[in-house]
Amino acid sequence: MESYSLLTFFLTAALLVGGAILFSHYAAPHSVNAAKSEPYECGIPTEGPTWIQFHVGYYLFAIIYLIFDVETVFIYPWAVVMREIGLTAFVEILIFFTVLGLGLLYAWKKKALIWE
Amino acid sequence: MYDFGPLVNSITSWLDTTFSPFWAGLISMVLLGLVLLAFYAVLGLYLVYAERKICARMQNRLGPNRVGPGGVFQTIADLIKLLMKELIFIRNADSFLFNIAPFIVIVASIMAIGSIPFAKGLQAIDLNIGVLYILAISSMGVIGVLIAGWASNSKYSVIGAMRSGAQVISYELSVGLALLCIIAYAGSMQFSEIIASQEDGWWIFKGHIPAWIAFVIYLVAGTAETNRGPFDLAEAESELTAGFHTEYSGIKFAFFFLAEYMNMFIIAAIATTLFLGGWLPFHIWHFDAFNKVMDYIPPVFWFFGKTAFVIYLMMWFKWTFPRLRIDQLLALEWKYLLPINLMNLILISFLILMQWHF
Repeated sequence: MESYSLLTFFLTAALLVGGAILFSHYAAPHSVNAAKSEPYECGIPTEGPTWIQFHVGYYLFAIIYLIFDVETVFIYPWAVVMREIGLTAFVEILIFFTVLGLGLLYAWKKKALIWE
Repeated sequence: MYDFGPLVNSITSWLDTTFSPFWAGLISMVLLGLVLLAFYAVLGLYLVYAERKICARMQNRLGPNRVGPGGVFQTIADLIKLLMKELIFIRNADSFLFNIAPFIVIVASIMAIGSIPFAKGLQAIDLNIGVLYILAISSMGVIGVLIAGWASNSKYSVIGAMRSGAQVISYELSVGLALLCIIAYAGSMQFSEIIASQEDGWWIFKGHIPAWIAFVIYLVAGTAETNRGPFDLAEAESELTAGFHTEYSGIKFAFFFLAEYMNMFIIAAIATTLFLGGWLPFHIWHFDAFNKVMDYIPPVFWFFGKTAFVIYLMMWFKWTFPRLRIDQLLALEWKYLLPINLMNLILISFLILMQWHF
């Protein structure tokens, strides 16, 4: 039943967007003109390629995010059973967060968290 | 008293006895889809209307007041107008990715809405990993945003998409960790069980100061995750025209706009469910007369009342705070929210260990 509900949500969303775009495609007026299909840039013609290698700062944050997000996934099962396990779980999360915090401190000291 | 379970069960059993299993399944799927669609459309339109009215009030204006009494049909008129507008296609854009992006954004928000508990028994799916599911699905939206910006082949769009990506993935960590605090308190990721654990008091009251800290962090990070002001760098009107959806026109633009408001609703609904007791009424300890009166208000009203309150807070942020710079934004997340969050989680596990909560 659950998988059917998920499938229903997916199909509903896809049909909503697809139907609306299809309707708009037929209902709306069309006209072709050279200036209209240019990227918007306040009226001046666009200069140079857009798809270039982007600022490295974004990738740096993406990598740090990846590390921490994977760590967060490990904490989910811990959080569910924390109450049952008790002291062992508490000591374990202390050790885990110490390692994680050292990682954050390292990134901080290496100036990876400073935007430039 | 106001349980939707029997109603849903009676519809399901009537379908099962009247039709063959295949048709019963199909009809219940269509019904679910129609209800979801109607809910999604009405909610989206009225959130936009509410935002315009509240923003107008805060800026000492009137806001929409021409179409219908008090302008209540303004957003419907806007929707019809957007449907009849031409879909402009950019010559150098990547046509496949350009068209697929609105699908991804809307699919992510509709699938997340499906698992929100609106009232007792009024929940399409009650997954045992509900919180994780919502986080996973709603983080798919950023892929749509990135694709939209990149495929447009416009400078403004690419800058907006990159900023949005950096911002959303950073703040997702804080959202997840703030919710983990409540998962640790409740000992479950299933929405129905989390709500059941709040019958004797909402977690924001039962959980002492750490729950408050988690709630504030969640609100800040949630506002950032929806790309709303003061964290609206991705679509900063004054510098990037409209950010990642600059090149989208007509109904495709409307879908990005709608998804932003629905994401705001999802964030507010999760805050309601985890911190503010979901559809449970407000109770004061051992004040039975008051509690009885509160019980008479249907759970649906409680849920939407609390959600509306959180949404109002988020709108208030947007129209009062100035926009942050990107270095301030990332510093706020990585140097303040994340360390505070980790400390908070340790504090909460200590409280649970010592049984120092109610």
